[in-house]
Amino acid sequence: MKDPVDVLIIGAGASGAAVAWSLAETKMHILCLEQGGWMNPAEYPSTGRDWEAKFYGEWSSSPNVRGRPEDYPINDDNSPIKVVNYNAVGGSTVMYTAHWPRLHPSDFKVRTLDGVADDWPIDYDALTPFFEENDRIMGTSGLSGDPLSPLTHPPMPQQPLGLSGAIIGKAMNKLGWHWWPSDTTVATMDYEGRARCINLGHCTPACAQGAKSSTDITYWPQAIRAGVELRTHCRVREITTDESGMASGVVYYDKDGVEQFQPAHVVIIACNGVGTPRLLLNSASNRFPNGLANSSGLVGKNLMFHPYAQIYGYVKEPTDSNRAPPTCLWSKQWYDTDLSRGFVRGYGVQFVRGAGPVFEAVVSEQKGILPWGEDHHRVFRKLNGHRLGFSAICEDLPEEHNRVTLDPVLKDSHGIPAPKIDYTISENSRKMMEHALARGREILETAGATDICINSPIPWGGWHLLGTARMGTDPERSVVNEWGRTHDVKNLFIVDGSIFVTSGGVNPTSTIQALALYIADQMKQRLANLFD
Amino acid sequence: MSADNLTRTQRDDLRSIAAMIVPASDEYKVPGADDPAIQADMLATLGRDTKLVAAALDDLARLAGAPLAELDATRRDAVAQEFRKHGGVAAATLVRVVLQCYYRDDRVLGSLGIELRAPFPKGHVLPDGDWSLLDPVKARAGTLRRAP
Repeated sequence: MKDPVDVLIIGAGASGAAVAWSLAETKMHILCLEQGGWMNPAEYPSTGRDWEAKFYGEWSSSPNVRGRPEDYPINDDNSPIKVVNYNAVGGSTVMYTAHWPRLHPSDFKVRTLDGVADDWPIDYDALTPFFEENDRIMGTSGLSGDPLSPLTHPPMPQQPLGLSGAIIGKAMNKLGWHWWPSDTTVATMDYEGRARCINLGHCTPACAQGAKSSTDITYWPQAIRAGVELRTHCRVREITTDESGMASGVVYYDKDGVEQFQPAHVVIIACNGVGTPRLLLNSASNRFPNGLANSSGLVGKNLMFHPYAQIYGYVKEPTDSNRAPPTCLWSKQWYDTDLSRGFVRGYGVQFVRGAGPVFEAVVSEQKGILPWGEDHHRVFRKLNGHRLGFSAICEDLPEEHNRVTLDPVLKDSHGIPAPKIDYTISENSRKMMEHALARGREILETAGATDICINSPIPWGGWHLLGTARMGTDPERSVVNEWGRTHDVKNLFIVDGSIFVTSGGVNPTSTIQALALYIADQMKQRLANLFD
Repeated sequence: MSADNLTRTQRDDLRSIAAMIVPASDEYKVPGADDPAIQADMLATLGRDTKLVAAALDDLARLAGAPLAELDATRRDAVAQEFRKHGGVAAATLVRVVLQCYYRDDRVLGSLGIELRAPFPKGHVLPDGDWSLLDPVKARAGTLRRAP
């Protein structure tokens, strides 16, 4: 039998890396088990001429399409939004757009302010020092002083405006609407061993330059130097408990597929909004027949995705196309509740610079604006390199019927039951999406765009996996307490997006990592009585 | 699964449908997607798409009732339209394979003014732009919604 570790972290992505790094200073024996492996930037898509084709196969954002041995299948047939993620050291920070807004202070008090959902048990101020610390370690770029966003202090200047940004900025100014250069985790100068961005193109499927921050090149090298052990290609099947109801360790399959048991004094789950409930539900036992830490019955419920309303068009001027990071500007014009719009809460906007030639051809053909035959060439030249996009990240409110359960049939390569998603877009979200599309159309038309197309929702847009093990002070209405410990198991913690109470209208990774650092800090402050 | 799993008939139909999607153009000085080098690229890199592309080609053959190349132009267009309209995921995959191989051919990219190289390590130059465009936003300011 293996020696017990002090702390066992499951998952080496955004939150697992942050919590490991923070706890390392305790000098406890910390072990992280990760189902994926280390990435090799020499194999990233942008190193090859066929970089765009790879997005449709081994570098698809969907684990179901990608089907790498490190991935697990997800039954998302009963959802208009499909789950996308990445499984490796770095997790989905390997494959994300690096757009870096934070939740707003008002996002933590939605019940008080707008009478919907629930307030968080913590407020923005509790996370402020951890947002700052995380921005420094992840390495952010941006322009401080956005009047409609929380104050940030990015250590690097914002990305260039480029051709696309200037067109968008002019249109937004004509309309009198808010826009601002996005905070991103794209390095705009050499930073902490990372080389500056050289505009390889679309950042999402990993950055060969290392300019885009992912935790395999930020937190993990520091955490490992500080003594954290990271074991790769280890897939956890279940968390075990002892006779007193405390977590005793995990059963996992090692890189050779051999079942192992790793005892631990503390277990931290960092598998995000689908992986975490899957693991808890797969850890059912006689003592916990409905799944571990599930006395509330809320494990897996209240799944929030952020439905994306996307609209794009084509201008006469050239845009940045695939010659720049895809996102450059945001707008918070419609972020806060205005009931005259016909819905509660709101959405953030991220503007998109353009697309590469293969993506342009494939998508435009599917949309019916790029014909077959003789006229194909003329039309393609009008479209290619002229695209501008607008994507609204609509706040998804928690609803219990949106949920993650275990699929009765589907299993991963180790025979572990796979997650099943049941999700519908609410009426409130639909109205929000319609509003966003109308505003997007106004912006694009003001910019002179034609051939306007819509993706609403973006079908493969389930990047943000939130709410399935929510935080709260009431054990009957939440899974973890206000510092991340499960109500039911006093040495079991959750630090990922599943503990979100509400989703806000922005990309969540910055807030996920700030939460992980906050929980680690709370644990360090309570080490003497952590299990009381 | 490799492209060896495509039959001769399937390959012929793939070439025919590819030419219908993207024909050669004297005006733009580009080959069609039925060009031998582009066809060879498709067959060499079909990989995980082989099964769906084969299914799409079978569907096409069923609709055509004969090799596509042997149909007259009107009938061929009707078959193609039916195929694209009702062919589902398999047809979409076939079209995507044709386009992704076409738009990485050196002659095609050259005609579009795109450099013939991988993005890394040279990257691209992005103009910083005129940040005075942001002045109206700064002047308008606004207030972040307060939380109690």
